[in-house]
Amino acid sequence: MTGLQDRLTPEQVEEFGRELDEIRQRIVADLGKDDVDYINRVIKTQRGLEVAGRGLMYLGFLPPFWLAAVASLSASKILDNMEIGHNVMHGQYDWTRIPELNSKTFEWDTAAPGDNWRHSHNYLHHTHTNVLDKDRDIGYGVLRMDPDQKWHPYYLGNPVYATLLALFFQWGVWFHDLEVDRIVKGELSWAETKEVRRKMRAKATKQIGKDYVLFPLLTGPLAPLTFLGNASANLVRNLWAFSIIFCGHFPADVESFTEEETENETRGQWYLRQILGSANITGGKLFHIMSGNLSHQIEHHLFPDIPARRYPQIADEVRAICEKYDLPYNTGPLHKQLASVAKKIVTLALPPKGALRALVGGHTDKSTEARRVTVETQQNGSRQETAA
Amino acid sequence: MTTLLPRRATRAREAAVSLAERLLTPHGIDRYLELVDPLLVRSEIRARVTRVAHPTSDTVTLTLSLSRAWRGFSSGQYVRVSVDIDGVRRTRCYSPANSQYGDPRTLELTIKADPDGLVSRHLHEHAHEGMVLGISHPDGTFTLPEWRPDSLLLISGGSGITPVLSMLRTLRDEGYQGKAVFLHYADTAAEVLYRDALTELADDSDAIDVAFGYTAAESGADVHGLFTPEHLDAIAPWWREAETYLCGPPGLMDAVRAAYADAGISEHLHTEEFSPPALEIDTTNATGTVRFAHSGRETANSGDVLLEQAEQAGLRPEHGCRMGICFSCTQVKTSGCVRNALTGELSAEEDEEIQLCISVPVGDVDINC
Repeated sequence: MTGLQDRLTPEQVEEFGRELDEIRQRIVADLGKDDVDYINRVIKTQRGLEVAGRGLMYLGFLPPFWLAAVASLSASKILDNMEIGHNVMHGQYDWTRIPELNSKTFEWDTAAPGDNWRHSHNYLHHTHTNVLDKDRDIGYGVLRMDPDQKWHPYYLGNPVYATLLALFFQWGVWFHDLEVDRIVKGELSWAETKEVRRKMRAKATKQIGKDYVLFPLLTGPLAPLTFLGNASANLVRNLWAFSIIFCGHFPADVESFTEEETENETRGQWYLRQILGSANITGGKLFHIMSGNLSHQIEHHLFPDIPARRYPQIADEVRAICEKYDLPYNTGPLHKQLASVAKKIVTLALPPKGALRALVGGHTDKSTEARRVTVETQQNGSRQETAA
Repeated sequence: MTTLLPRRATRAREAAVSLAERLLTPHGIDRYLELVDPLLVRSEIRARVTRVAHPTSDTVTLTLSLSRAWRGFSSGQYVRVSVDIDGVRRTRCYSPANSQYGDPRTLELTIKADPDGLVSRHLHEHAHEGMVLGISHPDGTFTLPEWRPDSLLLISGGSGITPVLSMLRTLRDEGYQGKAVFLHYADTAAEVLYRDALTELADDSDAIDVAFGYTAAESGADVHGLFTPEHLDAIAPWWREAETYLCGPPGLMDAVRAAYADAGISEHLHTEEFSPPALEIDTTNATGTVRFAHSGRETANSGDVLLEQAEQAGLRPEHGCRMGICFSCTQVKTSGCVRNALTGELSAEEDEEIQLCISVPVGDVDINC
């Protein structure tokens, strides 16, 4: 078995971690005006697209203009959420000490309040990447995305839930930060979530207010068209963000981990887990920008606080290090990665064959468990563990 | 009716701004206005450099045009000036040299390029017409009393002239009727800042006299050599009865303080510090006190990272990964020096955002937490 701790010797892990640290130090030392100019250009483009999109809605009675308005506004929201919001809120530009680029105060054009997301994403997800029961991004509390998540008839709806999550992704993220699963388990009391809920309400009111009330009303008789246009832009952004994000950790061969495996992790071991638990997407420059450079999910997970425009610059080096240590570097075009994710969503909706047989035929618990592990190995080629 | 109109206009404008804020949530109106022109912002102060002059070889005088949020200042106060240098926003304090009256949207700064000063050197070398700077509201208690004293002595040295010159210009604009003497020290005649402006002030007002002191020349000025109380006896024999305002390099400040202490009139002396105190950096033995401003707690520096020290002091600052990744624990350090435990880098910037979980205090540190 090649578990997390057995892939490399302790000496190798240390050397591997040192090589990655060197990349990091080199990039950090090189940060400067170009990085700020870059993000300011992206921000200017986003604000321009936003204003253009809002303005074009006034010509929304002409179909080409309505489509252009939706395209413009969709692109604005995508840039705002991905290349700007996600990355700024990671602290990638905190070193600039520019208040508008500060991770603690930045707010993005989506339903989830930045404060709530910063906790669930920056801390829970990035620190505990792909650790079952710790990383709440595995299936977002509603999907079965890992064979080690215990099957339940509820998961038969996996493809339906995934579709709904994709369509309403911003509200999924909004709701995700409430940590309902932990409230149900009793780990978190309803009263403790008061502040989180207050922020959720306030942000949702503002977002709904502008997209679905004020801007439509401002276009007078075109209000229904503007309403529809704004909803479409939100939908396009939802589908895009869902696709990019799900391709980051859920394609086949991406590994997940147990809490025991990650106990007392060294920095090198932590790096190792980030690489094994993430997947990249190949594409052109524009594609990378529109994905917030999350198409370089591996580099992002290694160095979440380095400006994302740097990820493509270091990708070849990271890949070479992976090859040197015989580690997988999971990457592929969007359609391939998405198909792989879709397959996983469908496959994991179904019960492991052994478990079903156990349910029907009444096997003992022990043999069921053994079969379950075997079946999962077949279900998901990434897990190279075999039944004990 | 005529009185109602402006109020209506104000109300209409407020309503428009409020609607614009709702439409432009979450970024807010300023983040769009600044893309059209940085000086259009409403809630923060920006300045555009309209004139650059180099009165001496190592100083630069900037004339600034300010955005609408500026509400004026009292002479003697300072503003925090922000400028981006290689992508990083740097902030330093400078005192305007102009009168508190006059064009309410104009500010004049004279900055001496300190060989070790990142910001002053940058502004000296790179300031140009059209450059945009960030400006804070004015701060500081180095100001003239509301009731202007009958006799005033203003002493400055080098680029410390700016707040005291602002006082003198303000007095001139007010038609000050008492007696005021301005004594300015420079190394030599060539180093005197604002000579023409000072001479003009003295010519304009019977109440104002100006004297120069050259510390490195033996002739040409009213007094020569480093400050001694005899200089004051020569220029303003009534100095013991006057209120004195002083700003200059540490040597001058110390000498004047000593003279006033000897005369037993320290309460008449008002000063503005410009040079930061020397830093004691000791990375092997933890010294100093860590003060947590919000909670009012303080603890002796144990040499551990600030997050640990805060928790040991009974605080529960927001945090996440405890390894410098997630930036959950970022807080503002208002003063003091910290060492980054990951990189070993020392940083003594004021009002700097630091990550508590990887920052080790070096000496006294104040944190907003």
